[in-house]
Formats: sequence, structure tokens, C-alpha cells
Amino acid sequence: MATLRDIKRKIDAVKKTSQITKAMNMVAAAKLRGAQENMERFQVYAEKFREVIGRLAAGVEQDGTFELMTPREEVKKIELVLLTADRGLCGSFNNNLIITAERFIEQKRSEGVEVSLTAAGRKGRDYFKRRRYAVRQELTGLLNKPNYDDAFQLGRQLIELFLDGDADEVYVIYSHFRSMIRQEPTVLRLLPIVPEGQDELEGGREYIFEPSHQELLNDLLPNYVYNQMLDCFYLTAVSEHAARMTAMENATNNCKDLVRDLTLTYNKARQAAITKELMDIVGGAEALKK
Amino acid sequence: MADKLLLEIVTPVSKVLSEEVDMVVAPGEMGEFGVLHNHIPFLSKLKVGELRFKVGNSTRYVAIMGGYAEVLPDKVTILATAAEEATDIDVIRAQAAKERAERRLREAKDRVEFARAQAALQRAIARLRVAEKRG
Repeated sequence: MATLRDIKRKIDAVKKTSQITKAMNMVAAAKLRGAQENMERFQVYAEKFREVIGRLAAGVEQDGTFELMTPREEVKKIELVLLTADRGLCGSFNNNLIITAERFIEQKRSEGVEVSLTAAGRKGRDYFKRRRYAVRQELTGLLNKPNYDDAFQLGRQLIELFLDGDADEVYVIYSHFRSMIRQEPTVLRLLPIVPEGQDELEGGREYIFEPSHQELLNDLLPNYVYNQMLDCFYLTAVSEHAARMTAMENATNNCKDLVRDLTLTYNKARQAAITKELMDIVGGAEALKK
Repeated sequence: MADKLLLEIVTPVSKVLSEEVDMVVAPGEMGEFGVLHNHIPFLSKLKVGELRFKVGNSTRYVAIMGGYAEVLPDKVTILATAAEEATDIDVIRAQAAKERAERRLREAKDRVEFARAQAALQRAIARLRVAEKRG
């Protein structure tokens, strides 16, 4: 059995750990609030944008006029963007994303499709580099402060890849924020674009377009990609903070349990030591009497 | 009084405005256009410039950094890259941005740089022009 001093030291160590995890929990909570506000503000915009593009894209013929909306007949190469956090200590958050990506890649490869990877986020990058996957591009620091510029840069690159024929489809794996305790790794097809809600134009609502319908749509489609990208950034960032918060809360609770158990062991050991000493004294006294 | 329409201006980082107004005049790419209640559905690209709207007798101004406008009979939605109401514009910053853009315009080495500087200059000028009109 461990000595009293060992147990005491252990208790102190666990307490210190719990202080750290508690602090990390609070930091994550503060960051989460900020990120969530930003995300909600952006989603007002993104939602409107989706509506507009849905209306514009309604009834567009799939005749290749809008290349960004035209599916390729044969898909041979795809580009996968994997969003992960730059840091760990957030439970199974990164792992879930990586596993989703790995399954996705395996499935596509078994269909004979070439997959090239853009790893956005240190954790995903490290994982796939260690396994000698071809990582075409690596990006970090995107989720610290999701912003339009980053989304624009990456989005434009992906569009170029698509238009140059270096990728027939572009996918993003990101973490969808459902609630504080549920963040789902999600696969999203970024290109070619399939706008949602195409039936909005019914009721004979005839629009006037300025400039022409085609020009407008051509102008809007790339922006739609950037918005989708930014939306993914935001959702993943919020998910990361939520995951870290939960993980750190669990850790703090576990620390508390540990401290309780250890204190119990400590007290028991202390009692045992006292009893033993008493016995010695009593035994000694008895021996002297005789 | 005539019927009002709802004007909403949203940008990726904020909801700038949501108000019942009497009239909106926006900087369309093919020229400025005005919108009253019961306008026909209309979708337009916006350029960098000034958007103004009337509520009763007062007119207010907003600097729009490009975007799109969707007009419905009782609603105008502006999806702007960025937007600032006249009263919120920081003139000193806008002035500094203008000077910076002018300098970059002079020193631009290729067409991309030139175009970027030009766009920045346009935005700065639009902001300053709108800022002047604050009541």
C-alpha cells in the first residue's frame, strides 16, 4: 500500500489538473459564445443567399451553361477538404472527423476514384501525413477566427481545380453543430453545386433580372461556394469549442471523483497508522507492567 | 400614407438594418433604381455605392460595398459584402483608407494589384461620400 505522503502528493496533483481542466472549460465556453454569435449572424446572410440562389437556379437546364452546376459524366478524380481542429483535448471531436474522412476515402478508392486531400486543420493533417496519404495542401489556423477572406481563398482554389478538370467533384468534411452534446461529422458536396429549394418560384412570380439571369447566376455561384465554405468553418469552429467544453467538464468531474476516492484512501491509511501506533504504545505499556 | 416596405440589409458579419421604410434607392449595377411598395419581383447586382431610404420625411444613407438586392412587393433584401450606415462611418478611417488606396494605385505593378487598389479606392470614396450626408 502506498504511503501517506504518496497519496497526499497524488491528491495535490489531481487537484492541480482539475484546476487546469476547469480553466480550459471556461475558456472554451467563452470562445464558444463568441463563435456562436458570429455564426448566427452569418447564417442570417447565408440563409438569404441560399434563398436567392435557389430561386435563380430554379428551372435552369442542365445543358452545361453553368459549369459549376453541371455534374461530370465520369468522376475520376475528387478533391476532399477535411476540416479538423488545430488542437486536441476536445474528446473524440477530431477523431470522428478523421474516421469519417478515412471511410470516405476508402470507399471512393474502392470505386476506382482518385482522391486528393486538402487538410485544413493540424490534427487531420498530422494524421494523414503519418499514414503517408497524399496531402495536396495543408492549411492551419482557419478556425481560430473564421473569416470571409480565408473562405474566399480556399473556395476560389477549389473552383479552379474543378474548372481545370483536376477534380471532377469537390467534397468537404466538416463538423455539423447540432447541439452542445451533438456534433456530427458531415460530408458535403461543394462542387458541382446543387442549390436547395428549387421550387420557390411557383405561383407565377416572374422576376426581372439585372443584369441578365445568366450573368447574375454566373456571378452568384462562386460566391455561393465561398459562403458554403465559410458556413463549414463556422459550424466546425463552434463544434470544436462545444466538444472541448464537454470534454473538459468531464475531465473536471473525473478529477473530483478521483480526489474523493483518494481522500478516502488517505483517511483510511491515516486511521490505520494511528491505530497501529496506539497498539504499539498499549503493547509496550502492557509489557512494562509485567 | 402609402404602404410601407420592409428593408433588410444583411452582411456576412451582421444584420445592419431591418426597418419599415417608404422608399429605397439602391445602386444597381446597371444604374440606380428606386423601389416603392408593390414593386415587381426584381433581382439585381449592386455595385459599390450609396443606398438611401426614406422614412416619412427623413432620408438616411447607407454605404454599400457591393452585393445583391432582391425586391419583392413588400420587402427589399440587400445582401451586401459590407454595409455601414452614414452615422456609423468612421470618417478618419475612411480617409486613411482612401489615401492608402491612392498610394497603392500609384505603386501598383500589375493588373491584379491595380484592380484591387481601384476597388479599395472605390469603397473608400463611397464611404466618405455617404458619411458627408449624415444629418
